[in-house]
Amino acid sequence: MAIKTVINAAGRQVPLEINGKPVIPFKGVGKHRPEGGKYSPPIPTCYDYPDDGNKVVNSLEEALRKCGLCDGMTISTHHHLRDGDLVSNTVFDLAYSMGVKDLVWFPSASFPCNEHVIRYLEDGTINRIEGSMNGALGRFVSEGRMKGTAVLRSHGGRVQAIQDGEVIIDIAVLAAPSADAFGNAKGTGGTSACGVLGYTKADYMYAKKVIVVTDNLIDMPCFPMEIEGNYVDYVVVVDKIGIPEKIVSGTTQITKSPDRLLIAELTASFLEKSGILKDGVTMQAGAGGTSLAIAVFLHEILKNKGWKSKFGFGGSTKYMVKMLEEGQMGYILDAQAFDLDAVKSVELNPNHIPYPVFNAYNYHSKGNLTSMMDIMILGATEVDLNFNGNVVTHSDGNLLHGIGGWQNCLHARNVILPLPLFRDRIPVIVDDVTTLCGPGELIDVIITERGIAINPLRKDLIKSVKGSGLPVKTILELKEEAEKICGKPEKAQFEEDIVAAIKWVDGTVIDVIRKIKIQ
Amino acid sequence: MKTNMAAAGNSGPKVRSDCEITLELKGSRGGVIIDLNSKVKPLYGKSIINLSNEILEFFGIKNASVNINDTGALPFVIAARLEAAIKQLIDTDLEFLPVMLKENEYSSTVDRFRFSRLYIPGNAPGMMINAGLHSADGIIFDLEDSVAPEKKEEARILVRNALRQIDLRGAERMVRINQGERGLKDLHFVIPHNINLILVPKCESPVQIKRVEDEISVITKKFKLKNIVFLMPIIESALGVERCFEIACSSKNVVAMAIGLEDYTADLGVPRTTDGKESFYARTRMVVGSKAAGIQPIDSVFSDVGDMEGLRQNVLMSKALGFEGMGCIHPRQIQVIRQGFAPDDTEVKRAKEIVIAFEEAKKSGLGVVALGSKMIDPPVVAKAHKTIDLAVRLGLLSAGWNEEIHDNKN
Repeated sequence: MAIKTVINAAGRQVPLEINGKPVIPFKGVGKHRPEGGKYSPPIPTCYDYPDDGNKVVNSLEEALRKCGLCDGMTISTHHHLRDGDLVSNTVFDLAYSMGVKDLVWFPSASFPCNEHVIRYLEDGTINRIEGSMNGALGRFVSEGRMKGTAVLRSHGGRVQAIQDGEVIIDIAVLAAPSADAFGNAKGTGGTSACGVLGYTKADYMYAKKVIVVTDNLIDMPCFPMEIEGNYVDYVVVVDKIGIPEKIVSGTTQITKSPDRLLIAELTASFLEKSGILKDGVTMQAGAGGTSLAIAVFLHEILKNKGWKSKFGFGGSTKYMVKMLEEGQMGYILDAQAFDLDAVKSVELNPNHIPYPVFNAYNYHSKGNLTSMMDIMILGATEVDLNFNGNVVTHSDGNLLHGIGGWQNCLHARNVILPLPLFRDRIPVIVDDVTTLCGPGELIDVIITERGIAINPLRKDLIKSVKGSGLPVKTILELKEEAEKICGKPEKAQFEEDIVAAIKWVDGTVIDVIRKIKIQ
Repeated sequence: MKTNMAAAGNSGPKVRSDCEITLELKGSRGGVIIDLNSKVKPLYGKSIINLSNEILEFFGIKNASVNINDTGALPFVIAARLEAAIKQLIDTDLEFLPVMLKENEYSSTVDRFRFSRLYIPGNAPGMMINAGLHSADGIIFDLEDSVAPEKKEEARILVRNALRQIDLRGAERMVRINQGERGLKDLHFVIPHNINLILVPKCESPVQIKRVEDEISVITKKFKLKNIVFLMPIIESALGVERCFEIACSSKNVVAMAIGLEDYTADLGVPRTTDGKESFYARTRMVVGSKAAGIQPIDSVFSDVGDMEGLRQNVLMSKALGFEGMGCIHPRQIQVIRQGFAPDDTEVKRAKEIVIAFEEAKKSGLGVVALGSKMIDPPVVAKAHKTIDLAVRLGLLSAGWNEEIHDNKN
């Protein structure tokens, strides 16, 4: 049953078929331009819905039955409730008790709480996950235990797959901190507030059936609505959609590690000395400890120079909110709020604006937010000598992370990866990434505690920091420095079986993950 | 043979970059069996096993069972842990030495700046690896208070390996030894590996310095070492304070003297406070004693690593009292200390004026330096030169500041 494989434009061996469906190998950045129309969901008629707008049904089970839940369907859920989510697991508990088999789970991301579904992957309730898999779920996939082949997409790639009709969502289950009986919903209010529902737009627009699940039913209209009730089939009211302290952290903290702080300081210094940081700059940084520290250092520089960032793109944290409130940032456009300060800011500050990934990262959109960003701070598990990046597997070959918005964000003007040169002896810079997630031509600068490597394609950046005193080295020098300290690592060993496919933002297959060889 | 089982190193949920090795010697048969449990096994499993075999063979061990619980330890750490376990079981003078990095073969000078010296606990490999990256003037591998009594032996071996394998990037290479006999024994593990300075704790008499110095000279002769090993006594008691001038003068290799306020306040039986009134006398006495002996007085560490503003105030006070440096227990303290001891803008401006006036006086053959209508004494000129040196070294002033000024004039 050998599946035919080819070498794609990135030099990776990929199959021409995944889960019985043909796929297109990666052709190069910006090369794949499909023609024809977008997928369109079945056409509804308003007469089929209650005149009084009340779509509330008694239970999630009833809603799933009314949606016609059956074998082989694709179910989408979202991760805005993060590790506190109580809805996505319940969907599969119900599917199991209803005796449904071979479902495809299409989450925007999974969290450790979703380890719960491993039992349903084992008993056949779920055939496969098409989405990010962290920790235990990732390991389950790497060990070749999932029936179908996993498909990993970026947040933008999810939207593309939906619009291309590559993934047809039968039922979208949308957990909402506040909703009205018509299905309008938002991320604030109630006891399970998460701030923003930035991942749901494509799902509710394109799914055949849409269920909103809330623990805070409010009077019509639930405003400002991030989910529009006109797309919603049923509304379910439950006691609790999530565990508040696991939905947002009470407070995000900048790193205390002196080594990470050193990297953050070096990053801020690089951005300043290269001239990338300037009045009117646009920026995005994540919620990791190092990224937060960078945001704090950049804030200080902006303040000292009397500069202001035009806007920042979230995930937002209290540090970004502070920039907004103290006048060093004009607006926050936000796809997710990470802490309580950010949630509060979304609710109260008119300049803190929910901005779905549908509009920020979408390959089939007439332009995108990411390409307008001056500063993009990202992470990676590995980067290779050609600046190719890996964010999903570790050097030991195990799948442990999702792609998130990482691939989409690579389209920013300056993509900066602040990384430790090695983590617990494991070098971050390698000859060849274990799994290719992002082509090196899009990754500009690697900043480590032992030096900065600038992509040779960015002659402008190299020139901009000449004579600045920054420790600029070649990426090869950095790799050799790490190996001198850690020793040269062996390569991870794999079987032939493909356990997961990595999609590029345009839907083509950029790489695959193979089953880990147990030694 | 004392017993046939030994363990060295650390493991546990919070431990990273270390390993715990259990070694059991097995009579005359069975060969070597290594059981490796490591998060980096797929990447470094073979190399860890090979290194372990090499070390066992080096010490002539043919039959043993070795259990390695590894959390990403670097090779020099694994080697130190295994050697420490072996040395608990067999008496040997052999040492399994990792390569000495060429970058680490540098010497120090009497009058180099010692603003910030970073303490690194002697048995914590995770903190050692990046010690050189934080631009401290000195790095102290501590064998004394930060190492638990039962870990003293294994720490010596770890510090020895770290001194050879970690690039300290020009920081003065220091070790704080233990008190008494144990401290003298510590010297044998570290002196042969290019030490620039030894910190002598709880110093109360010149005799202590003499004993340390004698032991060092025995070792330097034995190994034909060329670099000078400087000494920094730490005054940590009332008696030490009373004798600080004598101690400062006890050897030409004593280049600086530090005060340790935790122990000093304990000796006095008073709590240590942030504003430090209780130690004001000891500190000023120490400064005077040091300056009288022509060495650098160094202040105690500031122990609240979260309070950067408190540290900043403390440094300014320290500098005002005459101290020329301070210990750090966290890398984030280094910049604050450095900035605190650095000359401020007014000081640099004045120093520049004095130096320019001095050079012009020299050029025109005048014996007396004048700034405006004011005569400048030679010690003031010397101090201005020192301030300029400092400013250049700290990057506050470019090395060619003087020529630039002349160029502008031309």
